Parts: sequence; structure tokens; C-alpha cells
Amino acid sequence: MTDASLSSAQILGAAKRAGSAEQTPIRGEPVVVTVIADVVAGKTGSRPSSAFGAWWRPLLLPWLLPLGLLAVWQSLSATGLISTAIVPAPYEIWTAARQLAERGELQIDILVSLRRVAIGFFMGATTGLLFGLFVGLFEPVRDLFDRSLQMVRTIPHLALVPLMILWFGIGEEPRVILVAMGSLFPVYINTVGGIRNVDPKLIELGKSYGLGPAELVWSVILPAALQPILVGIRYALGVAWLTLVVGETIASRDGIGYLVQNARELLRIDVIVLAIILYAIAGWLSDLVTRLIEQRLLRWHPNYARRIGT
Amino acid sequence: MSGAEVRLRAVSKSFGAREVLNRLDLDVAAGQFVSIIGPSGAGKSTLLRLIAGLDAPTGGRIELRTAGNKSDVRMMFQEDRLLPWRTVLRNVVLGLKGRENQATGILRAVGLQGRENDFPIGLSGGQRQRVALARALIHEPDLLLLDEPFGALDAITRATMQLLLEQLLAVRPRTVMLVTHDVEEALLLSDRVLLVRDGGIARDLAFDRPRPRHRGDPYLAALKEELLDGLLVAERDLPAVA
Repeated sequence: MTDASLSSAQILGAAKRAGSAEQTPIRGEPVVVTVIADVVAGKTGSRPSSAFGAWWRPLLLPWLLPLGLLAVWQSLSATGLISTAIVPAPYEIWTAARQLAERGELQIDILVSLRRVAIGFFMGATTGLLFGLFVGLFEPVRDLFDRSLQMVRTIPHLALVPLMILWFGIGEEPRVILVAMGSLFPVYINTVGGIRNVDPKLIELGKSYGLGPAELVWSVILPAALQPILVGIRYALGVAWLTLVVGETIASRDGIGYLVQNARELLRIDVIVLAIILYAIAGWLSDLVTRLIEQRLLRWHPNYARRIGT
Repeated sequence: MSGAEVRLRAVSKSFGAREVLNRLDLDVAAGQFVSIIGPSGAGKSTLLRLIAGLDAPTGGRIELRTAGNKSDVRMMFQEDRLLPWRTVLRNVVLGLKGRENQATGILRAVGLQGRENDFPIGLSGGQRQRVALARALIHEPDLLLLDEPFGALDAITRATMQLLLEQLLAVRPRTVMLVTHDVEEALLLSDRVLLVRDGGIARDLAFDRPRPRHRGDPYLAALKEELLDGLLVAERDLPAVA
């Protein structure tokens, strides 16, 4: 008790001293006032960032760079600074695209390529996901498969092109299988990693609240591993398109890759550049789709939450 | 009195060569609120986890007795352990089917009406612990185990949560075991305080004070001194620094 009263007396003394110090006048030095914020509620018009922070910014700003480049490119071609024999002008590419579309070739080639990517990616991603789930969830399965799968993974799948041609000929199969192989491992690795990194505290919680094994996987483990799995899927889509470019150079009769091969023989640089742009658009679109899925499925996640509503 | 009776006989727990609990005996009456305090690493949480069945003891027997059917035990942790991908309501009904109406009622009781469809990311630390409390209480547990549930909260939120817990228990009494590092919290809430040290129960204080209790109560202040003395014994045994 004496300790307490002593310390409170000390505090009182300290407070007195602090009070007297406050009363001494400040001499000489001018007072500098820094205004951090001074906002009148309801008046948002005065915000300096209003033009740049508007709703249309995320919609328009990303297009500024590609469209600007296009304009520069076109004007450089028009003034002759870039020889159209080396790089065709954007307008020429547009004309080539229109001609091909009028003959119906362009649409068919795009659809054929899309189909190959879709089937191959679906096969590869599903297999990768299934293997990833079983390897991630069950230790014995991991012991059985993981080493072998990791070894196969290190083989560049494009090195298998000659083998594929010998085995499957030059039909659809080698192309689709190559795309499948390319898509399999990114999904597999991220699924296994995602499952193994699930917070054991959440698993313990699920168990102690009476979740059965199936419910535990569905309600706790899969949602917790979802983000890395989706990263794997996004990456796999990129690899799928990359693989297709190579796959379609093998004696193709249709597809965007055939378009390139054919154009090279006919020295049509405009069509080659058109095909490259088509690949870029296809890659961007498939990435956009997965990003939308991501935003929908991960709307609980702190990194995605702020995107709600845009 | 409603709630489970807890009985521990010669319970031991070792992690490898390190013995955390050594032949510990404990009886907790049905409906009693017991707080467990002790220095860090004394085995407070381990004791709770053994009773919850989350870990198995190395030796000894743990019994729960309830009149009627099997005892239902729920544990609340220092971290809220909410599933971030489930809304508040779906977190509360975890492992239950078709109890949404009841969950809404319990959420109202913990002061979270209108937040049912929010994700945990939008809640403050105190609100998250309220959800975790609602999730435990919807099961109507006979034994509620609380492992420092308010330890990470700020002082004001902690006091609010203590009050809330006391109110909820007044409506529906049940056996509660609370691990805390806050002696004052233990004295405010419980009927009995256990001081766990060196693998056993070093002090067992039962007391009866009317509720709601006040922090300034001289009787509790005296108990606090006594318990703090008990807590500091281990430090006093250390060789004095010259």
C-alpha cells in the first residue's frame, strides 16, 4: 500500500511540474502550422484527385499505352520512318484481317485454335487438380506419386514434339496432348502447395466442430487452398497458349499457327503480325476470364475485397 | 446446476523429454467458472487442450460427466479462427445444418445483428471474437473452454467482452474453464482460480463474491496480491542480480 501511495504522490508531482512548464511563454520562434486535412463534410468537389480518381480511370487508363503505341506506330509507318516491308503498318494488318475474315478463314482458324486450347487445357488442368488433391491430402499417395511427377515435370514438354508425331501422327492428338501436358504441372504444383500450406489451426478447428473428412476438405481445405490453385490455373492457361503456338507449327492445316506458317511461305508479314496480335488478344482474354473467376471466388480475401463493385 | 462436471486423475503430458503436466488431479463442479493462471509455458493451454480432447495425455484419466447425454465441449482460442471465406452467419453454423434462425438469434445476443452476411475481413478483432463466441455457444456446450480468448484485444474491448460473457452465462449457466494471463480478469469472472506452475496446481482459490464485480473491490484486490505473489515466486527463486 505504501508503495502505491508513494508512486501516486510522485505522479502528482510530475503532473504539477508538467503544468507549470506549459505556462511558461514561448519566445521568439514563429509558430508553424501544418494542415494535414481540412475537409468540409459533403463537399467532395474540392478534392484535388477527383479527375484522376474517377470511376472511369481503371476502365480507360490501361488502354492508354497500347492505343498510344498504335498511333505512334501508324504515324511512323505513314511517314516512312518504319519500312512497311519489315513491319507492316497497323492499317495494313487491319486490312489483312478483314480480307481473311471475309473469306471466313480467320474465324475458322481462331475457333480451331480455341478448341485445341480448351480441350487440352481442360484435360491437363483437371488431371493436375485431381492428382494435386490426392497427393496433397493423402500422405501415402504423395509417397507413391510425388517423386515421379516431379521428375516428369522437369522434362520440357515441348521436347516431346517428335515423339508425339511418331506416336499420334499429325492429327489433332499430339497438339491437344501437348497442351494438356503443359497445363498439368502448374495446376498440380500449386494445388499440392496450396493444400499443404493450409493453416493447421483451421483444420483443427474444423475437426473440433465435428466436420467429417469430406466436409473438412470441402469447407476448410479447398477454400483455403483456392488462391494458389487459381494462380496455377492462370499460369497454366499461359503455358497452354504457348504450347499451342509450337504445336500448330507441326504440319498444320488450320489454326492460328497454320496461318503463320502459310503466311511465312507467302511472305505475308502483315498476316504474321496479325497472328501474333491474335495470340496476344487470346492470352489476354483467357487471363481476364480467370481474373473474373478469381474475383468472384476470392471476394472474402483481403487482396481482392477492395475490387468489389468495380 | 447445468453443465458438465470435470474430473482429472493423475494426468500427465510430456512433449518429448519435456514434461509439462505431472500427475495432475482436478475436480470441477458442474456450472463452476474456473480460471487458470500461471507463468508462460506452465501448461495452462496444454491442460485445456487435453480436456478439449485436441491432444491426448501421456498418462492419466480425464472424465466429463453430464446428466442425461454425452457432454458437448466447445473451445474458443486466442485467435478467432474464423473461416475467412464464410460469412459471419455461415461461420456460426459451421458443422450444423438448418440452424440459421438460431444463429441469427445468437448473433443478436452477442451484439452483431445486421452483420450476418459480412465476411470476417470486415470485422474488428472484438467483433470477430464475438462471432467465435457465438459459434461456440450455438452448440449449447456443457463445458466451454476459453484459451485466452480476449488476450489479443484492447483494454476497453476486453472489458466489454468480459461483461458480455458474464451476461450470457447468467442466462444459460454452464461449466467454464478460462485460461488467462490477466489475474484481474480471472478474479472478475470466476468462482475459482487455479494457479498452475511446475506441472501441477500450486494454488487453488475458491471464492464467492456477488456479481457484477468491480475492479476496485478490496476483497478481490487482496486475492490479486496473493495470486501475484504466487506467480512471482518462481522469479524470486532466481539468484539475485548484484
